[in-house]
Amino acid sequence: MQTVTQTIQSVPLNHYILFSAIIFAIGVIGVLIRRNAIVIFMSVELMLNAVNVLLAAFSVYHNDASGQVFVFFIMALAAAEVAVGLAIIVMIYRNTHSTDINVLNKLKW
Amino acid sequence: MSIPLFYFVAFLSIFFALMVIFAKNPIHSVLYLIITFFTFTIHYVLLNAQFLAIVNFIVYMGAIMVLFLFVLMLLNLNKDTEPMKSNFVKIAGVIAGMCFLVTLVGSVKTLHISEPVLLINPGLGLVKNLGQVLFSKFLLPFEISSILLLSAMVGAVLLAKKEPKNI
Repeated sequence: MQTVTQTIQSVPLNHYILFSAIIFAIGVIGVLIRRNAIVIFMSVELMLNAVNVLLAAFSVYHNDASGQVFVFFIMALAAAEVAVGLAIIVMIYRNTHSTDINVLNKLKW
Repeated sequence: MSIPLFYFVAFLSIFFALMVIFAKNPIHSVLYLIITFFTFTIHYVLLNAQFLAIVNFIVYMGAIMVLFLFVLMLLNLNKDTEPMKSNFVKIAGVIAGMCFLVTLVGSVKTLHISEPVLLINPGLGLVKNLGQVLFSKFLLPFEISSILLLSAMVGAVLLAKKEPKNI
């Protein structure tokens, strides 16, 4: 494990920020271009995970364990969110026989 | 060998994340997402955040992704029923996402900090250290998150239950 901990020592913090930004942007693009509600959900998970990696990197950078505790809370929140969201999607599918978000336009205007 | 490892894993993460949103079949999307989360687990191991690596592996790859897969198979979604947006909306979405990325990268470029991420205390991400912080400094949020999980469980059961016809 000592060798693994030595390995990280020269990756600049900016590269972690850029990596997280790219993953987050991919999640945003996924939300914008897909119509299947479940795939949109998965893109949201991607965004949450980009933030998690960034929080862990900053936690190591500042030598503060609070960041990693926050990641733990975000994971708990994501689990709750996925459970409720997928239940809602199942209910929508039962009523409309599709997970297409364009069917759900009754509240539009 | 260390520096290229981060970039290689980052490349894999980005590649599989792109595959998630561009795969036509939703089940393929879920499988690619599992691989993406596995690469994130490798990132946590590289940061020596061992607790997060294990939790990411068990909770995200084990529980949440299985939930996604179960719901996808329950709803019988496949490539034929997959709704696709028109090309115009797709191109507009990609351009909007790229503009967002350019904004973020531009703001990072103005920071001028590029110090290496040094692991000063090797025991930072271990279960012992994190547990001490979690149960001293973050005890109240921890208890509240347990209530959140309980209410989410009740809500999920309530929402997914079949409604009785005669209300």
